[in-house]
Amino acid sequence: MREVDPRRRVSRRSFLQSAAAAAPVAAIATGLSVEEAWAEGGAALSPAELKTLVKVARDIYPHDFLADTYYIAAVKPWDGKAAGDPATKQLLTEGLRRLDEDARTRHKVAYAQIGWEADRIVLLQAIEHTPFFKALRADLVVSLYNQPELWPKFGYEGPSADKGGYLHRGFNDIDWLPKV
Amino acid sequence: MATFDLNDDGLVVIVGSGAGGGTLGTELALKGIRTVILEAGARHNMEDFVNDEWASFAQLAWTDMRTTSGSWRVARDFPNLPAWIVKAVGGSTVHWAGASLRFEEHEFRIRDHYGAMSGANLLDWPITRAELDPWYEKAEDRMGVTRTNGIKGLPGNNNFKVLEAGARRLGYKEVHTGRMAINSEERHDRGACQQIGFCFQGCKSGAKWSTLIAEIPRGEETGNLEVRPNCMAIRIEHDAAGKVTGVVYADEKGQLQRQKARIVAVAGNSIESPRLLLNSASTLFPDGLANSSGQVGRNYMRHMTGSVYGVFEKSVHMYRGTTMAGIIRDEAHHDPKRGFAGGYEMETLSLGIPFMAAFLNPGGWGRPFTSAMEQYPRMAGMWLVGEDMPQETNRITLDPAVKDKHGMPVAHVHFDDHPNDVAMRNHAYRQGAAVYEAVGATVTYPTPPYPSTHNMGTNRMSAKPRDGVVNRFGQTHDVKNLFVSDGSQFTSGAACNPTLTIVALALRQADHIAGAMQRREI
Repeated sequence: MREVDPRRRVSRRSFLQSAAAAAPVAAIATGLSVEEAWAEGGAALSPAELKTLVKVARDIYPHDFLADTYYIAAVKPWDGKAAGDPATKQLLTEGLRRLDEDARTRHKVAYAQIGWEADRIVLLQAIEHTPFFKALRADLVVSLYNQPELWPKFGYEGPSADKGGYLHRGFNDIDWLPKV
Repeated sequence: MATFDLNDDGLVVIVGSGAGGGTLGTELALKGIRTVILEAGARHNMEDFVNDEWASFAQLAWTDMRTTSGSWRVARDFPNLPAWIVKAVGGSTVHWAGASLRFEEHEFRIRDHYGAMSGANLLDWPITRAELDPWYEKAEDRMGVTRTNGIKGLPGNNNFKVLEAGARRLGYKEVHTGRMAINSEERHDRGACQQIGFCFQGCKSGAKWSTLIAEIPRGEETGNLEVRPNCMAIRIEHDAAGKVTGVVYADEKGQLQRQKARIVAVAGNSIESPRLLLNSASTLFPDGLANSSGQVGRNYMRHMTGSVYGVFEKSVHMYRGTTMAGIIRDEAHHDPKRGFAGGYEMETLSLGIPFMAAFLNPGGWGRPFTSAMEQYPRMAGMWLVGEDMPQETNRITLDPAVKDKHGMPVAHVHFDDHPNDVAMRNHAYRQGAAVYEAVGATVTYPTPPYPSTHNMGTNRMSAKPRDGVVNRFGQTHDVKNLFVSDGSQFTSGAACNPTLTIVALALRQADHIAGAMQRREI
């Protein structure tokens, strides 16, 4: 069977055209970490808030083979939205503040400093039905998984018409099924 | 290509250009009848379709506001997206997977076969399978359905091969690559399938039949058909005698226009069609046009659906090739010993990573969710589609509060599963999982229903005017020059995919309308 090479293969040009990933291209292209990407803070959120947001994003959809850059790409548009809309800014800052407060009450440290994912998940479960969590998750399920750069890592090849489909590229190449 | 005058009152005006409207308009044009199709969406060419799930959704899907209620999970997960259908020339034939199956004889007579069922509103169709067979034959030839008319089946992809192997091990007998309106060889100037995948995103090779590429251009060539894209029907008007006289619509600039008509046919799919009739209420028709029975909008059916994804040790790459690449039909019969009436089909289905994330377990998060996502290349997938029971309380109404940009109330969709639907789905989940476990699945995921792709029943056909909205030809009981031409005519939903039956009914209706016009009956 023809397997899928998980390395990045999407051209920078087509990546730049991807709507979901438009904002944080600089971070992705240079492979910046959370610290480096947001040392100066965002348009509306502080460096600490942005770091917590990335941590929350990873805790909602944890994929250990994905670098932070994908999560940064996924949540970065929130910063822009918050800059243009006070209600969004309030939703985010208050949601993040509550998480940190809950974290300090239980673990004496901020959310992002809690060592075990399982402990952070308990805090997220407690806010699962808040508008903050619901908005973040609903957006993230698109903004994370709709990044063409991460598709090959999930064994998904994306568009195929421009390559002539799969007629000669393995549409029926399965070779392990038991004989019936 | 024709252009007709707004004041031309000799036209047939059709609302909607999908399987029903697009076929009806083309067939009428071929018969020499001057026809206008008003289509709410834009006109795209097949080169413009994109192999990208969300981008394609933005291009094609009907995302105008709708509201929902009821115990179905779609109302919770996708409260403003009850249906995943298309707003574009070609309607949902742009997006459909191509499965083209005939209803079984008993599925036209469910009241007879299933008996009275508590909470359900079962009724026999006023037509039989035998009456529809000649029209099924015409439809299959026209659409180039594989395994009919000497057309060979499509080759099976990896996803099908897993399904087939599991099905054989379980002892299922009727397993094949389906009866598909996708060319397995060049036919009617359209090429053979390139196994691109992305059937739901609009076929870029033209191998899949749609009214956009295979019907409407033929109709337009006659000079008798005009298709007006970006034209949203607002209401149907009538005269003092109760005959319809035309359709008021908002054109692409949002300006209201009034197209006069000799005959009006409604084919906007089972949510918009009843909405239009209800929004056309008048002093003469206070409960909505053609609604003396009170059945307009009722008996909304969406099929018992669900999916099963199975995970294997080794790769499948289910997304390669035809989306609906094969079928198991052994559970499609009616066998009450299973604990429910009616039957269901098991059909392969695949989603790309973006839609798998959205639909695998809507609202899900954390390790259980991401663990499933990480199995993607080793997944095989099937869709379960079976007959759901018509219920009067499952219905389309006008939302009392929410209006669209033209000031018209939007459609509100209420749906509750019938206990029969739940029993069938649970059986189908078990059998679907068993198919994959038979060939070594390590995990299976019983995935909840997606927003409805099969929408049926909201203007149903009935022998007696008090039981339904239209007669055996889709002509409304109340208004003789008003027709319904889409799946909303369905008296019952059957186990199989609805498009072939919509096309067969549209061809039959075109014949009826042409005859009635010639005889000056309408």
